[in-house]
Amino acid sequence: MKTQALKQALDLYDFDAVFGGARRDEEKSRAKERIFSFRSTGHRWDPKAQRPELWSLYNTRIHPGETIRVFPLSNWTELDIWQYIRDENIPIVPLYLSAERPVVSRGGQWIMVDDERFPFEPGERPSMKRVRFRTLGCWPLSAAIESDADTLEEVIAETLHARCSERQGRLIDSDVPGSMEKKKQEGYF
Amino acid sequence: MITGYVEDIASFLEFQTSKETLRFITCGSVDDGKSTLIGRLLFESKNIFDDQLSSIETDSRQYGTQGESIDLALLVDGLQAEREQGITIDVAYRFFSTEKRRYIVADTPGHEQYTRNMATGASTADLAVILIDARKGVLTQTRRHSRIAAMMGIRQLVLAINKMDLVGFDEQVFTEIERDYRRFTEGFAFHAVQAIPLSGLEGDNVLFRSPRTPWYSGPTLMDYLECVDLSSERSCSAFRMPLQWINRPNLDFRGYCGRIAEGEIRTGDAVRVLPSGVKTRVKSIIRGFDEVPHAFRNESVTLTLMDEVDASRGDVMAAANDPPESSDQFEARLLWMAEHAMTPGRQYLMKHACREVTVTVTEIKYREDVNTGAHLAAKTLGLNEIGSVNLSSSAPLVFEPYRVNRILGGFVLIDKLTYETVGAGMINFALRRAKNIHWQALEINKTARAAMKHQKPRCIWFTGLSGSGKSTIANLLEKRLHTEGMHTYMLDGNNVRHGLNRDLGFTEADRVENIRRVAEVASLMVDAGLIVLVSFISPFKSERDMARNLFAEGEFVEIFIDTPLAECERRDVKGLYAKARRGELKNFTGIDGPYEAPQSPDIYVPGTSASAEASVELILRSLK
Repeated sequence: MKTQALKQALDLYDFDAVFGGARRDEEKSRAKERIFSFRSTGHRWDPKAQRPELWSLYNTRIHPGETIRVFPLSNWTELDIWQYIRDENIPIVPLYLSAERPVVSRGGQWIMVDDERFPFEPGERPSMKRVRFRTLGCWPLSAAIESDADTLEEVIAETLHARCSERQGRLIDSDVPGSMEKKKQEGYF
Repeated sequence: MITGYVEDIASFLEFQTSKETLRFITCGSVDDGKSTLIGRLLFESKNIFDDQLSSIETDSRQYGTQGESIDLALLVDGLQAEREQGITIDVAYRFFSTEKRRYIVADTPGHEQYTRNMATGASTADLAVILIDARKGVLTQTRRHSRIAAMMGIRQLVLAINKMDLVGFDEQVFTEIERDYRRFTEGFAFHAVQAIPLSGLEGDNVLFRSPRTPWYSGPTLMDYLECVDLSSERSCSAFRMPLQWINRPNLDFRGYCGRIAEGEIRTGDAVRVLPSGVKTRVKSIIRGFDEVPHAFRNESVTLTLMDEVDASRGDVMAAANDPPESSDQFEARLLWMAEHAMTPGRQYLMKHACREVTVTVTEIKYREDVNTGAHLAAKTLGLNEIGSVNLSSSAPLVFEPYRVNRILGGFVLIDKLTYETVGAGMINFALRRAKNIHWQALEINKTARAAMKHQKPRCIWFTGLSGSGKSTIANLLEKRLHTEGMHTYMLDGNNVRHGLNRDLGFTEADRVENIRRVAEVASLMVDAGLIVLVSFISPFKSERDMARNLFAEGEFVEIFIDTPLAECERRDVKGLYAKARRGELKNFTGIDGPYEAPQSPDIYVPGTSASAEASVELILRSLK
């Protein structure tokens, strides 16, 4: 999983800080994050004892073995991101745009059949749907949404009128209560 | 269906960008309903997604405190520990928008224990919603949070008198609490305080005017947030930009990078680099990849200058005709955020704008009583306490008072060992007479150094024949003192004769000079606050007296290790007595050189009757 690979890379290269794109509006435990978020030895996050973070003064001091996760986009919203992509003409991964793709339905979510490695469950058969991803995470734990938005403008329009949150398609967020918080404590971004 | 919107996307986004952002916090005492109120605000303004709502419906069954109804507080209390205890531990940030404004709300914890997290939220807010439980009125924590909000420079306040449903929407309850609160905040620098009777749980006066408070004619909470005047929060002072980085990719380019803290800048403007004060003009302004003719507050830019001026990270670029001051002595208000109390004299790291310096609190002028604001005398500042202090920094800081400039006036203190953020401070002013009183204000002397080491500096002088056991006992004593946390140093023949005194031989004159130098070094070390152990035969009374005269009364402790010559000669650890007896060593103390035994040493240690350990015990007892 991403967490293990990340921790191994951090240990291997002995990085003091890593930057991430996590935003406070994404998820309830991310709403509690500092911009400079301290991790103790072993990459653990202790949400009950975060460093105070006043104004825009960031305490970057750490001891050997400790690290910092930096989230410069903390106060951006999903809409801000799309607006910035549009303003700055930033290329995006095509999976964010709608297209005919093979999917199966699992637990009320559309899971995309990427290639021959996809493990079907008994009785499952792929069907073609116009889908796109609102968020891209671990395979195969990110679900697609049904959508006709195949241009950036349409994606923004859809975002504006969405009735569901961005990370609704992230299955790992909801497997147990406090799921994201637990993963974060273990070193997930 | 989508295409209809798409045509409007450009104008819609344009409109979004032009919207003002209001940052506010909810604060107040535990269980005043802060999280529930935010949940209600988001719920009624349709800023909650369907899946989030269905998830808190599920969670309400497990953690909810509202029986069968959904517990809206769970929208912001996102940590497991918070849900299990039904409290808020850390700030949660939520984002929502209306036709008029974009909002960032920080829901801050009410427990005194988590005050630092409330301060974290308050430091970036324009407005505070202070909640009060209508049944309880103004509490200590209400006062603490109000004080911190005012101290952090929040000027707009909503007094949300909550849980009105539990007091039957009684106008008198509301009026009395409002009156109490206004009396308490007299003299605070709030521009406006708007009191609103509401029920976060049932929604009264949150978005919609409540039919149950016909006696109240003011705005609902949402109406007020939409209309509150923010213009006074946006100051229009002269240009200031702390330098984050000097970008010098090659010899032809030197860019000064930073984020504009105040004011605006145009090409051609005259600027000064502080603290050096060098004056020049702006040649170009680069924002992102583009050159622009001018730039404004909060924009991150790179400036190039007409002249190559010397500057480094932490310096401040400012309007040439209106520069901020610089000083190394300040008065500041300080909120202490660590378990370990703040002690004057101890050094901390100060992070101020883009600069990090070492500072010392030279004096706590007073601690503020959180309830009354009374000035109390204080030797230390404990967790969550607020005080007014004098600070001295290791280098001059370019600053402005916090009330006019949050960026050049705010700072945090960091513990030098643990690296925890331990204090948040706001500069009031420079100590004007700093240059004259500097050394009085921060006199670093023997007493100050000793206080930092928590010990009484002394010179413990061992005298006795060669082989009497001086060094063994002195070594053991040093180990004991060290384990007790004392800062010690041992001076003996070995570490002095090989360096400092290697030009000296063993004639009487050289021996006197040897002792003089050792005594002088010991005296400097005592001045540095150390406990110095000197182990020298020092046979002459006059030299020992000379040494004693270099120290203050009680600082010099003479210890006579009285081991008879016969016993020393029997031990003869280094074979020196044998050599002397054979005539190979001249002037050897005890053989052909005299030893003037002290008549009244400060501590007398019989060298044969006790073990070295017992002798150390005896010395330690006598020293105390």
